[in-house]
Amino acid sequence: MNCVVCVTSVPDTASVIKIGADGKGIDEAGIKWIPSPYDEYALEEGLQLTEAKGGEVTVLTYGPDRAEAALRDCLARGAHQAVHVLGGEATLGDSYTIAKVLAAALKDREFDLVLCGYQGVGTDCSQVGQMLAELLDLPHVANVTELEVGDGSLTAGREVEGGRERVESPLPALITCQKGLNEPRYAALKGIMAAKRKPVEKIEVASLGIDEGADPYYTMSKLELPPEKAAGTIIQGEDDPVAAASELVKALRNEAKAI
Amino acid sequence: MAGILVFVEQRDGEVRTASLQALSEAKRQATTAGWSVSAVLPGTEVSDKAASLGAWGAGKVYAADDPNLGLYSAEGYAEVVVKAAEQEQPSAIFFAGTAMGRDLAPRVAARLGVGAIPDAVELGLEGETFTVRRPVYSGKAFATATTAGKMPQVIGLRPNVFAAEESGGTAEVVALEGLTLSIRAVVKELVAAAGGELDIAEADIIVSGGRGIKGPENFALIRELADALGGAVGASRAAVDAGWIDHSHQVGQTGKVVSPSLYIACGISGAIQHLAGMRSSKVIVAINKDPDAPIFKIADYGVVGDLFDVIPPMVEAVKAL
Repeated sequence: MNCVVCVTSVPDTASVIKIGADGKGIDEAGIKWIPSPYDEYALEEGLQLTEAKGGEVTVLTYGPDRAEAALRDCLARGAHQAVHVLGGEATLGDSYTIAKVLAAALKDREFDLVLCGYQGVGTDCSQVGQMLAELLDLPHVANVTELEVGDGSLTAGREVEGGRERVESPLPALITCQKGLNEPRYAALKGIMAAKRKPVEKIEVASLGIDEGADPYYTMSKLELPPEKAAGTIIQGEDDPVAAASELVKALRNEAKAI
Repeated sequence: MAGILVFVEQRDGEVRTASLQALSEAKRQATTAGWSVSAVLPGTEVSDKAASLGAWGAGKVYAADDPNLGLYSAEGYAEVVVKAAEQEQPSAIFFAGTAMGRDLAPRVAARLGVGAIPDAVELGLEGETFTVRRPVYSGKAFATATTAGKMPQVIGLRPNVFAAEESGGTAEVVALEGLTLSIRAVVKELVAAAGGELDIAEADIIVSGGRGIKGPENFALIRELADALGGAVGASRAAVDAGWIDHSHQVGQTGKVVSPSLYIACGISGAIQHLAGMRSSKVIVAINKDPDAPIFKIADYGVVGDLFDVIPPMVEAVKAL
C-alpha cells in the first residue's frame, strides 16, 4: 500500500492578511507558513494506512524554498520519502498548472492511493485534487470524512449538503480529505530529529517540461481587503434581557428586514 | 453566437435552487451581451425537468437520461457536461458552487484542458472574457481573476449570492445520445442527515453557538432559536473541537464559509478564523457577555448580555411576530 500525500504551505490561519505592494498578492512580511490544515488529515490517513498494510508514504509539494518546512514536518510525523518540486510562486491560485506539475512529478511513480487536502487554505480553490485525478486518469472521491481501504478498492463517505454519499472505487484512486476523517498526530521529538537526516528529493519544475508562468490558466488582476463595516447598534442586555431581546427582534424585523 | 452553458444539479429529480441561481445569472449576463444560454442536466427520467428550465432562461437543455446518472458520479457527470460542451461550444460553463458543483467543475475543466475559477460572488464581462471576483483567505480578502483567455471559461458561482428569477420562455430539449459512461468511483447511496436538518451552506438564516454555550446540551437552545427563524444551526471551531456538535456545522476558515441574510453568533468571541467564515453575511447579530469580544466589531446588532437570559425571550418574540 504505497501512498502519495500532496501538501502545500499556506499562511497560518491566524494571520492578518495585508495586501502586497503589487496589489495582486499578500504582503508576506511576518507571515508564518504552515502545512495547509486539510493536508494534515491526508498525511495522517496515509500514515495509518501504511502502518496497517505496509508500504510507504511519499509526500510531494510544489512550492518555493520555504515549502521544504512542510515536507520536514511530514517526515517528522512519519512520512518515508519527500519530493519537492521547486517553483510555484508564479502559479498561486492556478489550480490547473499546479495539477499539471504534480501529475508530471507522479507520472513514473508507483502508488495505490493519492491523498490531498480538500482545499488549500488561502486560495480556497478546492480544485487541484480533482484536476490531478483527471490528468492521472484516476477515479477520485473528494471531501472524504470516512475511509475503508480493502484489497484493491476503497469505500469512502463524503459530505454533501444535508447528508453524505457513500462511494466505492477501485484502486489506484485519489481522495481529498476533510476534517473529521481522523485526528492528525503531532511530531515526536525523535521524529523531528530523524526527519533532519532524511533526504528531500529536489526537482526543478522546468525539468518536468513545464515553463512555469508562460502559459497561465488563471490570472489575478487585483487583491483587495473586504470593505470596512460601519459600527453597529449595541443593545445592553445585562439588566433587562427580555427588553433587549424584544428590541433586537423589532430591529431585525423593521430596520434590517432580516426576519 | 457566443453562449453560456449551465450545469444543472438535481437530487431525487428536484432541481437545486443553487442551479436556478446560476442559470438566472447566466441569463442576465447573456441578455446584456446578446448571448445564448443553454443547460445540461444529467439524471434519470429528467426530460420534464429539462423542459421546465426554459422558464429560468435556458434556450436549450441537454438532457442525459441514464440509470447510472441518478446519483452523482464525477466521472459520469463530467462526460455528460463535456459532451454538451462539444455540441454547444460555449464561451463559459457555469456551475453552482454546491458540494457537487465544486467537485465536478475542476474535473470537467481538466478534461477540457482549461483552468477553472470557483466561488464567484461578482461577474463582469469584457468582450468574451469574464472577470470573476471571489473571496480568498476565507473572505479575509477578495481576488479579481480571469481564466487567462482560455475557452471555455469554467466558473463556479457561490450559492445564495446571485438571485434566482424566472424570465419566462421555453427550452428546446436535446437528448444527449451516445454516452459511453466510464464510471469507476460509484456513489452507492446518498444518506440524508438525521431529521433532514437544513445545511448551513444552503441556509438563509444561521444561528451559531460557540464556547459560551458551555456544553453540548445547550445546542438545544440554539436549535430552538434557529427553528423559530426557519434557519440552520452553526457552530464555532471551539464548539466542534470540544465534540459538542458535528464538523458539518462548523463556520470558519477550517469549516464552511457562509453568507446568509442573517447570521446570529451566540457565545462566540470572534476568532479571526471564524470572522473570515461569516463576515460576508448580510446582517450580523452577536450575543455575548463580553462587551470587548471581537465579534462586536463586525456586528450590525450586538447584545451585551448572557445568552441564556437573552435567547429564551428572543424565541418568544420571534414566535409572536
